[in-house]
Amino acid sequence: MTSTPAVDDFVKSDYEHGFVTEIESETFPPGLDEDVIRAISARKGEPEFMTEWRLKAFRHWQGMAKPTWAAVDYPPIDFQAISYFSAPKRPEDAPKSLDEIDPVLRETYDKLGIPIEEQKALAGIAVDAVFDSVSVATTFRATLAEAGVIFCSISEAVHDYPELIQQYLGSVVPHTDNFYACLNAAVFSDGTFVYIPKGVRCPMELSTYFRINARNTGQFERTLIVAEPGSYVSYLEGCTAPQRDENQLHAAVVELVALDDAEIKYSTVQNWYPGDAEGRGGIYNFVTKRGDCRGARSKISWTQVETGSAITWKYPSCLLRGEGSIGEFYSVAVTKGRQQADTGTKMIHLAPNTRSTIVSKGISAGRSTQTYRGLVRIGQRAAGARNHTQCDSLLIGDRCTANTLPYIEVKHPGARMEHEATTSKISEDELFYCRSRGLGEEDAVSMIVNGFCKEVFNELPMEFAVEAQKLLSISLEGAVG
Amino acid sequence: MLSVKGLRAKVGDEEILKGLDLTVRPGEVHAIMGPNGSGKSTFAHVLSGRDGYEVTDGAASLDGVDLLALSPEERAQQGLFLAFQYPVELPGVNNTYFLKAALNSIRKARGEEELDAVSFLRLIREKLKILHLDDSLLKRAVNVGFSGGEKKRNEIFQMALLEPKLAILDETDSGLDIDALRIVAEGVNALRSPERSVILVTHYQRLLDYIEPDVVHVLYKGRIIRTGGKELALELEERGYGWIIDEEHAA
Ligand SMILES: Nc1ncnc2c1ncn2[C@@H]1O[C@H](COP(=O)(O)OP(=O)(O)O)[C@@H](O)[C@H]1O
Ligand SMILES: [Mg+2]
Repeated sequence: MTSTPAVDDFVKSDYEHGFVTEIESETFPPGLDEDVIRAISARKGEPEFMTEWRLKAFRHWQGMAKPTWAAVDYPPIDFQAISYFSAPKRPEDAPKSLDEIDPVLRETYDKLGIPIEEQKALAGIAVDAVFDSVSVATTFRATLAEAGVIFCSISEAVHDYPELIQQYLGSVVPHTDNFYACLNAAVFSDGTFVYIPKGVRCPMELSTYFRINARNTGQFERTLIVAEPGSYVSYLEGCTAPQRDENQLHAAVVELVALDDAEIKYSTVQNWYPGDAEGRGGIYNFVTKRGDCRGARSKISWTQVETGSAITWKYPSCLLRGEGSIGEFYSVAVTKGRQQADTGTKMIHLAPNTRSTIVSKGISAGRSTQTYRGLVRIGQRAAGARNHTQCDSLLIGDRCTANTLPYIEVKHPGARMEHEATTSKISEDELFYCRSRGLGEEDAVSMIVNGFCKEVFNELPMEFAVEAQKLLSISLEGAVG
Repeated sequence: MLSVKGLRAKVGDEEILKGLDLTVRPGEVHAIMGPNGSGKSTFAHVLSGRDGYEVTDGAASLDGVDLLALSPEERAQQGLFLAFQYPVELPGVNNTYFLKAALNSIRKARGEEELDAVSFLRLIREKLKILHLDDSLLKRAVNVGFSGGEKKRNEIFQMALLEPKLAILDETDSGLDIDALRIVAEGVNALRSPERSVILVTHYQRLLDYIEPDVVHVLYKGRIIRTGGKELALELEERGYGWIIDEEHAA
């Protein structure tokens, strides 16, 4: 990076005020070239290694083609028409009041019992008083610091822990990985960094919800979690309230590293705005999530409940590199209206005695399309590897589509693989049984569907599970008939 | 209480109920017997509003309310209960959760207050005792992994909890051993009251030894062809249905 005094001043002044006070910063004009990348990096006051990394990714990205293999359909994205500096929204661009928000969205907020002030924040309306989670967050930080846990924005981490960032960023999802991950590496806005020291059991569930300055991290979010040997962390991402964002394209990257005997539990509730009844205005969610079980006997579990987005393209995966390491994927995906989801997982067994479990529950309603795409690969060194896959699809109505596409590659003869897949319609018998006991049709459907998803909800932290069930019921309202 | 007049119903193109008449007064227990395939379950399903049946003629009302105009849940809320011949499994749906939702939905429709968790548990424990059912049932998924007998007992347990005005028990006795049969019968008898009526659909006199009916009907080819007192059931036990059917054909 060619450092000029002007840039240095700029960086410094910005940094003095700290990350949180960037509120009034301008938004870059649309377009992407090396100057934009440099400007993003400068704007964030990044050290040279970061700028170089972004540039390397950008140069690589220019030679890449947009992937077309997923079973999703959307108009071409003009990448030069996007603004790549995701500064917080300018007040004049944000909706002025809740009256300007899609009434359906507001109804959902009400049903979820979200307070008005918080509704405004979620809808991107400027709010003066940030609700009282500030104090909660402060208390959290103190407890975490005591345990030696680092939990901060990735921008802060780049400044405060450059060695850790240099060592781990891009070590699981290299910048060359795929089109969207590569773009993310070049332009990522912000995200979360978590570091759990050796032998530490993180004293609380970590949630972005409590990280005030993680709001508006924008469309190119990046998360990195490193669990040192013998440590444990449970991380919750997202919240059940539908989130709106005028940026249609979201291309996040999540990297997890688990060293010897470490365990990372990563739970997601994704409820991005799916668009109106025709799917207009919904978020395109193209995410790369990968966990690296780098150490022996390490364990990574992905649990996700996906109900939002117009288009979802997402395959949380595990690289099982440590001997005896364990990868798990538990997923509930709901699509309705015009939503499209192509989602699943990859379990790559590279070491002996590695185990993986996949439980995927897909629920399709309306005119939605849902594809489960799962890869289980047993490498040559993976003696004694085992996988259990269970993939169930539930159809509501007869205008939706569900596909199950399992890919299995076995290079070691001793592997034990079990695969079960079912596709069923919501059963008339079950519905009638519930209704004959006095339950309304929608309650009956939601009860049956929640039952269908039970195995996955069981994996979620308690509070999150309760919320997820409520969310599922709300998502399915009006989906019957 | 229940009044059914000239009820006709089709499944697809086939007419199954062919002009069925039945009146059940408050507090009465009626038995409906008849050979397999005569339409007993169909009748129970049509009364409770199951999809897939087309009512082509006739009327059915409960305490003056036209049942045929209501959805299944509204019928349940009106006080109708069907104990299924084949209770349905609901994978992953917790029994307690299910029962609480059902009871509160019915209470709400009746304008009663919903029960909180504590009062609900107290009530449910009391009802479990009547059916000699174990607490552990509450933690399990509805009917999943239940033995045949447990499923049937669970139906009666639900009935005890929901306290319907009219309960239809569709072959609740089949597949029960003698002890389970006695427990189920005790459960039903405990619920007998001057305001509550029961229709027992059964093949066997056996159940009627324990739950004494006021009226016995024979359903054949979608119509009630004979009605009598409890001695009719004894006669059927001895002589089978043939003679009644012959007499019906002769008439
Ligand atoms: N869903 C259905 N589709 C086609 N035929 C049916 C259906 N339900 C019942 N039937 C027919 O209706 C007749 C009566 O059946 P059912 O009411 O089950 O008799 P029962 O309970 O007296 O043994 C039988 O001939 C049966 O085959
Ligand atoms: Mg029957």
